[in-house]
Amino acid sequence: MQRSLLINPDICTGCLQCEMACSFEHFGMINPSKSVIKVFEFHHDGRKVPYTCTQCAEAWCLHACPVEAIVINKETGAKVILEDVCVGCKVCTIACPFGTVNYNHDSGKVMKCDLCGGDPACALACPTGAITYVDSDWTGLERMRQWAAKTDSRPKAQA
Amino acid sequence: MAWHKQVLRVNLSKGTCKAEPLNMKWVQDYLGQRGLATKYLVEEIDPKVDPLSPDNKMIFVTGPLTGTMASTGGRYSVVTKGPLTGAVACSNSGGYFGAELKMAGWDMIIFEGKSPKPVYLLIQNEKAELLPAENFIWGKSTWDTEELLKKKHQDPLIRVSSIGRAGENKVLFAAIVNDLHRAAGRSGVGAVMGSKNLKAVAVRGTKGVTVANPKEFMKATIAAKKVLADSAVTGQGLPKFGTQVLMNVINEIGASPTRNHRDVQFEGASKISAEAMHEKRPTDGKANLVTNQACFGCTIACGRISKIDETHWTVKNKPEYWGASGGLEYEAAWALGNDNGVDDLEALTYANFICNEDGMDPITFGATVAAAMELYEMGVITEKDTGIKAPFGSAEALCKFTEWTAHGEGFGKILGLGSKRMCEKYGHPELSMTVKGQEFPAYDSRGIQGMGLAYATSNRGACHLRGYTVASEVMGIPVKTDPLTTDGKAGLVKAFQDATAVVDSTGLCVFTTFAWTLNDIQPQLQTACEGDWSLEKLNLVGERIWNMEREFNNAAGFTAKDDTLPKRLLTEAAKTGPAKGKVNELGKMLPEYYKLRGWTPDGVPTKETRQRLGL
Ligand code: SF4
Ligand code: SF4
Repeated sequence: MQRSLLINPDICTGCLQCEMACSFEHFGMINPSKSVIKVFEFHHDGRKVPYTCTQCAEAWCLHACPVEAIVINKETGAKVILEDVCVGCKVCTIACPFGTVNYNHDSGKVMKCDLCGGDPACALACPTGAITYVDSDWTGLERMRQWAAKTDSRPKAQA
Repeated sequence: MAWHKQVLRVNLSKGTCKAEPLNMKWVQDYLGQRGLATKYLVEEIDPKVDPLSPDNKMIFVTGPLTGTMASTGGRYSVVTKGPLTGAVACSNSGGYFGAELKMAGWDMIIFEGKSPKPVYLLIQNEKAELLPAENFIWGKSTWDTEELLKKKHQDPLIRVSSIGRAGENKVLFAAIVNDLHRAAGRSGVGAVMGSKNLKAVAVRGTKGVTVANPKEFMKATIAAKKVLADSAVTGQGLPKFGTQVLMNVINEIGASPTRNHRDVQFEGASKISAEAMHEKRPTDGKANLVTNQACFGCTIACGRISKIDETHWTVKNKPEYWGASGGLEYEAAWALGNDNGVDDLEALTYANFICNEDGMDPITFGATVAAAMELYEMGVITEKDTGIKAPFGSAEALCKFTEWTAHGEGFGKILGLGSKRMCEKYGHPELSMTVKGQEFPAYDSRGIQGMGLAYATSNRGACHLRGYTVASEVMGIPVKTDPLTTDGKAGLVKAFQDATAVVDSTGLCVFTTFAWTLNDIQPQLQTACEGDWSLEKLNLVGERIWNMEREFNNAAGFTAKDDTLPKRLLTEAAKTGPAKGKVNELGKMLPEYYKLRGWTPDGVPTKETRQRLGL
């Protein structure tokens, strides 16, 4: 079974534990500026929205890379950067329609979400459940369940 | 490591920014944040210095756990000599700014002198420079300042801490506001910043933070986060209702100061409570509360984000206030509401927005308005003085006063002095509900006896954050004590004061202590920091910090006589509720407290105490 990150911005509090966990997993230090999941704040609406790579099946970034530095991890389905191969040309950052591949000026390579090899640190760290890691084929399951709960055609009990 | 061991020293008179090594000996004795910066302050300034003169210094400081994954590890403090009190001032703030400063590689910034012209400090990792604020952000609100700085430096990720017009005008309770609605709120730290012609600190940090023992640290933080999640207060009450969860509770036990402490229960409390913020308004079908919000790293998320009803008279033709922003916390709701007898939730939210927008402490501001309303009702001042009819309960007067004080207009100039100076000016000093010149927060010490002692002995003037015995006396944390007796309160106050001094020095939020004790914090410190950070050592650090602050205040001219409460609380009994007939019995607690502290009857640490604490 393949799994995907499922993000529910409605319950995100903006604590940035996910960003910290991501940078710690990938760089061994707490440094949100190096996180590949980013929480955006839309202050006037009171909304916080965590955003990262959705691991497109036909990934633009992967197709755009001239040196084949982006490969698919068969187990997780993640599109993964091969740091040794990447030449830092940044074409993938242009190709990605969502902006989720980014350049890291410290390494001279690009970085993106790799699902932490199948155990995403952000989902583990999130205290509210705004980020979960669920069956790819059923990311809508919880929403379906909520709507299902609302369907009740039985006659209402008399008060 | 948990400390970068780097101090940024900014001399505003000379316009220089210099890096210097952090004094690691002092780190061992004072930990970080409140303790460490206060040590720097007492070593570097004359305790008698005029707080608004160039000779005062102002320190922005983080703790060892600031910028780490420890829950709530995002705090910073501003430490200086406070203009409202003349005592040591240390105001703590959350949001994201503190962590960003740490990410940039700095433990603290020491500001000295006074800039000849308005400036702001821009920090991008190791690069720090003073830039002109005139014809740019000087004269602007904290909200506009943040937006303009991000635009000018083309970086939406910059974090900003700034003063609004209140700080520029040296309103004596001006706050320093970061991330739009998080504030180093009390004691007038914003006025000190204004007196130095420093408008803002803008930071972008990409260097990150490491800890001594990452694996063990992660284990410790995960265990501690679970304790917060499992607690009814930090896991449910605070995220759902915020600190406003207290509005009805404190009112019911008859400890909600009302109309300048004339009463101890407010008939309108339920209309401005947490529950009311959740209710749908009849006008637009929406609730005042939009969502809760966390500060950096916080797994509690007590913050309130509110929207004012667009049809409400306060904002009817002002679309700039229609967006969501920082909503009412309990202290603000109480000071603007109960203390003035105002029960209009939307009006209070508006006044709170303005306090954030232009950087004012809503506690002192609200309580100063309360004193003005009492003076007005007594006929000591009239509409001629105030510019508007100002009886208790007037939401209109409250909102106008807020605007005028924020903008430095009319009667706002007098309100900007705080209640002590205002009441003295009008010949009624007894109406100022203050200790050491600072206004009380939202707990009446006639109904919660221990708080009377906590207020009287607080090193920064009346304050709930220096020893929150409410936790024990009302909520039973860590053990329940009777709020109406004085028995054992001296020891309780001392224990809370010392433990809080430690928490305030870590980079963590004091609200964690609704669930955590030092036992939960110690393993996080131990694994993050180099060296030994045993419980015994931490307890000693807390007591040392308290005594250091006390000695600074003593040297500044305070004496045991200042460890007292306004006459009203000592002689006028509570009129209603469970505390009916009670006054605060400070006299029964204070001598015992001095003894427990190891102080002389004059409130001075004895030689043995000084020695024991290594002072
Ligand atoms: S950890 Fe969860 S709640 Fe916190 S910012 Fe990330 S997604 Fe939001
Ligand atoms: S408990 Fe509240 S104030 Fe403290 S860090 Fe969390 S959100 Fe901020």
